[in-house]
Amino acid sequence: MNLRTLFYVLSAIFLGFLIPYLIATYLFNKEVLSPEQQLANAMWRGSIYSLFALGYALIFSILGLLNLAHSSVFMWGGYIGLMSVLKLDMPIWVAMPVGMIGGGLVAVSVDVIAFMPLRRRNAPRISQLISSIGASVILLSLATLIFSSTPKRFPQDSIDALPGTADKPLTWLLDNANVRITPIQIAIFVIPIVLMFLLEYMVNSLKIGKAMRVVAFNQRIARLLSINVGNIFAFTFFLSGVLAGAAGVLQGLAFNSMTPYMGATVALKGLTVIVLGGLGNIRGAVVGGFLVANIEIMSIALGYGWLSDAVVFSSLFLILLVRPQGLLGESGKMRA
Amino acid sequence: MDAVFDFLAPVGLNETNFQFMLIAAILGCSIYVTLYGGMFSLANAGFMAIGTYVSVVLTQRYDWPFVPAIIAGMVAGGLIAIIVGLPVLRLSDIYLAIATIGFGEVVVVLIRNFDRIYEEIFDKKIEITGGGKGIKNIPVTTDTLHLIIFLLIVVYFLYRMQHSRFGRALAAIRQDETVAANLGINVVYYKNVAFIIGAMIAAGAGGLSGHLNRVIEPDDYDFDRAVDILTYAVLGGTTFFIGPVVGGMVLRYLPELLRRLKVLSFVGSIVGRDLTNEQAAVDGIINGIVLILFIVYLPGGLADPQLWKSLYRRLRPNNTQKGAP
Amino acid sequence: MLVVEDLQVGYGAIIALRGISFKVESGQVVTLIGANGAGKSTTLNTLSGLLKPRAGRILFENVDITGKRADVISQKGLVQVPEGRLIIAPMTVQENLEMGAYKRTDSEINSDIQQVFERFPRLGERRKQKAGSLSGGEQQMLAVGRALMMRPKLIMLDEPSMGLAPMLVNEVFSIIRTIKAQGTTILLVEQNARKALQVADYAYVLERGSIVKEGSAAALQADEEVIQAYLG
Repeated sequence: MNLRTLFYVLSAIFLGFLIPYLIATYLFNKEVLSPEQQLANAMWRGSIYSLFALGYALIFSILGLLNLAHSSVFMWGGYIGLMSVLKLDMPIWVAMPVGMIGGGLVAVSVDVIAFMPLRRRNAPRISQLISSIGASVILLSLATLIFSSTPKRFPQDSIDALPGTADKPLTWLLDNANVRITPIQIAIFVIPIVLMFLLEYMVNSLKIGKAMRVVAFNQRIARLLSINVGNIFAFTFFLSGVLAGAAGVLQGLAFNSMTPYMGATVALKGLTVIVLGGLGNIRGAVVGGFLVANIEIMSIALGYGWLSDAVVFSSLFLILLVRPQGLLGESGKMRA
Repeated sequence: MDAVFDFLAPVGLNETNFQFMLIAAILGCSIYVTLYGGMFSLANAGFMAIGTYVSVVLTQRYDWPFVPAIIAGMVAGGLIAIIVGLPVLRLSDIYLAIATIGFGEVVVVLIRNFDRIYEEIFDKKIEITGGGKGIKNIPVTTDTLHLIIFLLIVVYFLYRMQHSRFGRALAAIRQDETVAANLGINVVYYKNVAFIIGAMIAAGAGGLSGHLNRVIEPDDYDFDRAVDILTYAVLGGTTFFIGPVVGGMVLRYLPELLRRLKVLSFVGSIVGRDLTNEQAAVDGIINGIVLILFIVYLPGGLADPQLWKSLYRRLRPNNTQKGAP
Repeated sequence: MLVVEDLQVGYGAIIALRGISFKVESGQVVTLIGANGAGKSTTLNTLSGLLKPRAGRILFENVDITGKRADVISQKGLVQVPEGRLIIAPMTVQENLEMGAYKRTDSEINSDIQQVFERFPRLGERRKQKAGSLSGGEQQMLAVGRALMMRPKLIMLDEPSMGLAPMLVNEVFSIIRTIKAQGTTILLVEQNARKALQVADYAYVLERGSIVKEGSAAALQADEEVIQAYLG
């Protein structure tokens, strides 16, 4: 396991929290309400952002594509998980992998419909971006037709069925009565970190991961080495969809309310996340996720929740102007 | 004018629809200018929002007359384009796309929170943009003639652009920026001018549509709107000046046509759902399909002269051989 | 082993190959010589499946491989060492060689890597270094070593001596001789016609997309026109 990655993640969580906290407290004399709770919130929220952004970054780093349909894949993964519980009575720990695989398959179909025909023609990257927007719009509209746009939620008993929660539904008090963390929130924090390390291990050490890096480096070499580039594309899309699907299900569980528009809200934040971390930088995606979550949580804690979007999107805009390679820049690049 | 629309009523073309088609055509032209120079900017929904809000606030809250308010909206859009363009246009390709998406979101968020921010800073309650609820009960002052005149001016400009120094410079930049710079073309200057002109056209379309809708809300100008505008240009094509007009009008008319032809109720009866109440979703699917199909199979768009020439040739294969003088 | 019949290739309106035919027999070293832009690299890239021919046929071991995908063709044992030493710069030397064995599942991968290191001791010394940090000659060795890891039946070398110092050029050609000695068939594309003809058994001269001359390497070395145009 890569210690440097762990270091980056931990510093994103704690410094991302501490710096605005100190500025707010000592520079502006603003009181941050129960900082422990804010930190806990930033941790699980950032985890979802990171997980979502991980798939975004994976496709950009390996395939050099900006897949704007990623947010729709995320939403579909969440809904497939939700429907497995609602319609097929699956327990949540089955529904979660089902949502992940479902997300993977949706992502592969995005590749087949929106990217493959353009790839054959060597179309410019912008064309591929436009057609991914098209795929995203179609997926979103289909979802509103199929699932309707009224909010849906995971039934309480499916959440209670999580290990160790049956007797203590939803709120789970730590020793320190100031902090309330539900087991779902802990799972939401832990699962993305585990997935991130698995992904990093795969890309760096497994044969298929190395093949992905060769494709990222030079597709001509990859072909000459008998690597089926089309399969690697499909696999990478599948993987990004799996990550998005996991994020979708976790988001549904965390906020306990889902609409087909859940992707649209996360889409632009996810874009901010990967730009902050450096486009196509897998480690940066995780770091960026926690930074964005910290920005949001801090603005809410200081009573400026209504400005959090403005801060997030301004930082997207500014970081591109000032440091287009992202905060981690070249140094943290995991790109092959 | 009325007689014309009486005649067109059976195909779903009433005056209101036609007005929105004209707005779409103008918006298509606004993104055409930047695309013509090879800049993939999604900022025009943001500039449209600026034009709308500035002109509507001026007419509604400060009792400005209509035409000066529209012009003020365009000037505001142009000024902000100057400020934003210089740093943003250094980016290219998808970085420019992302930055302009970010710009659009910032504009929407700032409009939504304008009153609150003002209150926070100056400690005084005001009502300018009306927050998330927007501005209501705006009297309809834009009429079809305004829209036609504005569109004609814009189209005339695009037509002239194609054959001017400015247009040729943009085309060269679109081909290859480095080569263009080596040919002595002031790349930064031309890119910024194109960006500003596109912004002003979008802001003008915004001002006109603001006085057509009765209600404006910040959410009308979010990323979905940017996608709409992009779709107009993709459908019509980005190399020929008629393209965005055709794209905008066709795309805005398509849902009406589908409704008239009862396509929705027909498809709905097959899938067992009433689709006539799902206009937004159906529009979305049409947009998406148009984007993918045209980018993949007809990248030149509907108004691509090459496309029609080759189609003509293919349909009359014998005539071309014999018909040679 | 390899039979090419009337191969035509073009990029858009530009015609790069105007119907060329040639053969490579098993165990031979065959070389394609010609000036820059004659269509040598286009030929190899078409044989590898990176480019699709407009017309013509390619038979490899009596199987028609015309228009097949590059990864399928290289798996059949028709392996190209691309021009410009295309090694995977961000990976280590060892990883580069492992990627050569990407499709192999046998147990001899590690012993094959050892063999490559024995043949090129300098690669062995730098096995943990990033391939991008190697010198030009070492990168060429790595590219050849990586191709050998694929256990090729026919190895196609695209301008292996290009951009190398004269001493390294000699080294590259001695590598070609050892590969040949081990019984691997070689199709060599070179601008350095003199060196190429010294190692080759048979040669074809390519000019503006057509084969203008062919013959045994010895015969071409004595041919007045060839001497004038390529050896002078």
